[in-house]
Amino acid sequence: MNEWLMVLLGTALVNNVVLVKFLGLCPFMGVSRKIDSALGMSLATTFVLVLTSALTWVLEHELLAPLGLGYLRILGFILVIAATVQFVELVMKKNTPELHQVLGLYLPLITTNCAVLGIALLNAQEGAGFVPSVLYAFGSGVGFTIALILFAGLRERLALARVPAAFSGAPIGFITAGLLALAFMGFAGLTNH
Amino acid sequence: MGAPDTPLFVRLSRLLKRWGAHPEGHKYPAAGTEITAIPLPALLTLPLSQHVGAPARPVVAVGQRVLRGQLLAEAAATISAPIHAPTSGTVTGIAEVPVPHPSGLSGMAILLAPDGLDEAVEFHGADPFTLEPAEIARRVAAAGVVGLGGAAFPAAVKLSQGQRTPISTLIINGGECEPYLSCDDRLMRERAPAVVDGARIIRHTVGAGRVLIGVETNKPEAIAALREAAAGLEGIRVVPVPSRYPMGSAQQLISWLTGLEVPAEGRSADIGMLVHNVGTAVAIHRAIRFGEPFTKRVVTVTGGALRTPRNLEVCLGTPAAALVEFCGGLVDTPARLVIGGPMMGIAVNTLDLPIIKGTGGVLALSAAETGARREEGPCIRCTSCVGACPIGLLPLEMAARIRGGDLGASVDLGLKDCIGCGTCAFVCPSKIPLVQYFNHAKGELAARERSKLKQDAIRELAEARSARMEREAREKAEAAARRKAERERAKAEAAAKAAAAAAAAEKSASEENTA
Amino acid sequence: MLGAILSLSLLGVSLGLVLGLAARKFRVESGGIEAELQALMPGSNCGQCGYPGCAGAAAALARGEAAVTCCPPGGKALAETLAARLGVSLDASAVAEELPRIAGVQEEICIGCTKCFKVCPTDAVLGAAKQIHVVIREACTGCAKCENTCPTGAIMLTPVPVTLQTWVWPRPAATPSPESVLAGAGAGA
Repeated sequence: MNEWLMVLLGTALVNNVVLVKFLGLCPFMGVSRKIDSALGMSLATTFVLVLTSALTWVLEHELLAPLGLGYLRILGFILVIAATVQFVELVMKKNTPELHQVLGLYLPLITTNCAVLGIALLNAQEGAGFVPSVLYAFGSGVGFTIALILFAGLRERLALARVPAAFSGAPIGFITAGLLALAFMGFAGLTNH
Repeated sequence: MGAPDTPLFVRLSRLLKRWGAHPEGHKYPAAGTEITAIPLPALLTLPLSQHVGAPARPVVAVGQRVLRGQLLAEAAATISAPIHAPTSGTVTGIAEVPVPHPSGLSGMAILLAPDGLDEAVEFHGADPFTLEPAEIARRVAAAGVVGLGGAAFPAAVKLSQGQRTPISTLIINGGECEPYLSCDDRLMRERAPAVVDGARIIRHTVGAGRVLIGVETNKPEAIAALREAAAGLEGIRVVPVPSRYPMGSAQQLISWLTGLEVPAEGRSADIGMLVHNVGTAVAIHRAIRFGEPFTKRVVTVTGGALRTPRNLEVCLGTPAAALVEFCGGLVDTPARLVIGGPMMGIAVNTLDLPIIKGTGGVLALSAAETGARREEGPCIRCTSCVGACPIGLLPLEMAARIRGGDLGASVDLGLKDCIGCGTCAFVCPSKIPLVQYFNHAKGELAARERSKLKQDAIRELAEARSARMEREAREKAEAAARRKAERERAKAEAAAKAAAAAAAAEKSASEENTA
Repeated sequence: MLGAILSLSLLGVSLGLVLGLAARKFRVESGGIEAELQALMPGSNCGQCGYPGCAGAAAALARGEAAVTCCPPGGKALAETLAARLGVSLDASAVAEELPRIAGVQEEICIGCTKCFKVCPTDAVLGAAKQIHVVIREACTGCAKCENTCPTGAIMLTPVPVTLQTWVWPRPAATPSPESVLAGAGAGA
């Protein structure tokens, strides 16, 4: 139990998927203008992360590993992830239009998100078990959510600030992201104790 | 003064009220001078829009001779006010002239050349306490009385509003918190009985229980005069309030006197309060007791660049330049000319503007008084404006959103409740024109509302048109079909006839044959 | 080698099949957005956006081809509503709010040909054959259809004059330039 908590905490904060591993930077910069859309994006990403890490675990351990096709991992994973996301979107649109309104816009964006593929590949590399894999993905999703919402909040404030023309827009966004990443480095100390 | 003393909770609640600013008063020397009437100018300019609401509609023709008190322009809508002739004379024109307005634009006005005879129409006064409240409201509306505290909202609309919602307390606003201005002060000192009588008339009209007259403590003579006038009258109390800007705002005065707050996006009447300015009370007193329409007001003419500051009673439509001239003219080139008070008034370039119903002052400020103009600096987030805002809004955050173009977000922060008093801009150390941001945003939102309404109307028109086109096309097609059918029928009939004729001919032929 | 090709092909084909079937089974009748957008448009079919009428503009907007600012009669207000509906961010200040223009008739050269009021999409032009026409200002969208059809140039668009009732406080212009801010900071340090 304690170990699982450590996995969650470790992935969400210490090894934050965005700010420490630098995965999923496109949505981090792209969908962080408003807190509302940032929340939708991070919820959708967390959902897809958990779902696909479970599926790719099955793919890895039931198909690729037994057949010794480890070198096709990336290809296979992309295939499965993309198909899953599309399928989920179709089902969601039909059966739960309300949920689709919240997440649907972001689902296709996540299809080829490097965070999703990266977490799946990391899980496979580590050879983690099924439950730790899913937990690891969930923790990463939480970490992504924290990072994205913090950053969106900062950017909402930045939009009101008077930024020198040379820095306004994306440049000040990158600087802020860098500072945020620096701040997250502080969590590295957590693991030693 | 039979009213109970101020309740404890109200006094305690005052301890928490830290809003506002204390600008230099500059009330004297003008406040020390008696109200003086000034001679008639050569031409009176009476703008049709001297009030909040629709501009008045002229009812006189060019060249027509009019008498004092005669109706020149009638109220054009529910929220509008009529305009009367301040003296007898000839209407020389109805034209577009410069009017006191922050835009500096021109507006339509009736030009009246006084003939110096000052002949008046007959006025019909009445005892207000024998009149029905609705009749009083009607007479006040007909007299063209508007709120004289600065907003110039038609007074009768507020009176009839009081008949729809129960009013418990009538507050007479003698705050006059704007620096420099002392016209209300002089009015209270010299015409206290009229103020109190006006208050009694309004109380009778709206059925309020008590009357509170709030006067800032920097006007001790006015307080004394009003107390004397109100002595022995049941339910009328004169309450000194601290001198602080904007104490003269209705909401601030209500909350200070009663401890109650006007709800967000609500009106004073929502909590049973009605606020009228002392000048309005006097005007209502004149309108009801003597039947006189509102054509004259007291104006403070002052400022460091003026020779002898004083309070003048002038006819509406008198050019501001005539007032300045009567006060001995300018001793110095003024750094800024202001119509109204220095906080909420209008900075103007010329004094060639008429005095209108809402004009309380004409200021010629010297460079020493205005101070050096500084460029707007960046916001340092000191929150001086937050502490100063009498409504408790966040001016810095609202202005930042307006600057960023997000008007909706500033409305979420309470832009609609901003009273535009300018305290935030006054206290801002970076000299950010905060109140201009809010005025801009409010105007922009109103303009969008207008364009949306127009768009809806246009959509209806377009739909009506396409429906009409369809109907016309259908009718045309039907008519064509009918004509075609008729033609066919005629043809068929003709054919039948021909056939019958042929048959008959054949028959007769065969008969002949047989015969 | 063969295993790899086979297994991946099998995976791809089966996933493709599933998706194809799902697309049929979970089909949702869409097209609601287009109708919704069309309801927001002015409906006068004036053609200033460059699309065939408001329906065309709504379709283009739904496809993401047209900008939310494409409708001049709708102005800033419509651009904001459209942006909110489509989830696009709109820099309100970037909307080049051109001075709104409406039509007016020059009586001296109007020949009363009735051409203009036949093309007016909002019935804003009033007149009859051989009579001078007038424009109802409140109903005019400034679409310029009448201007283009008038044989004598009697009807033309003019900017709507700003009146006391429509005037709006200007936005404070003095937002300090970054250079002055930096210079100020440098001087302070």
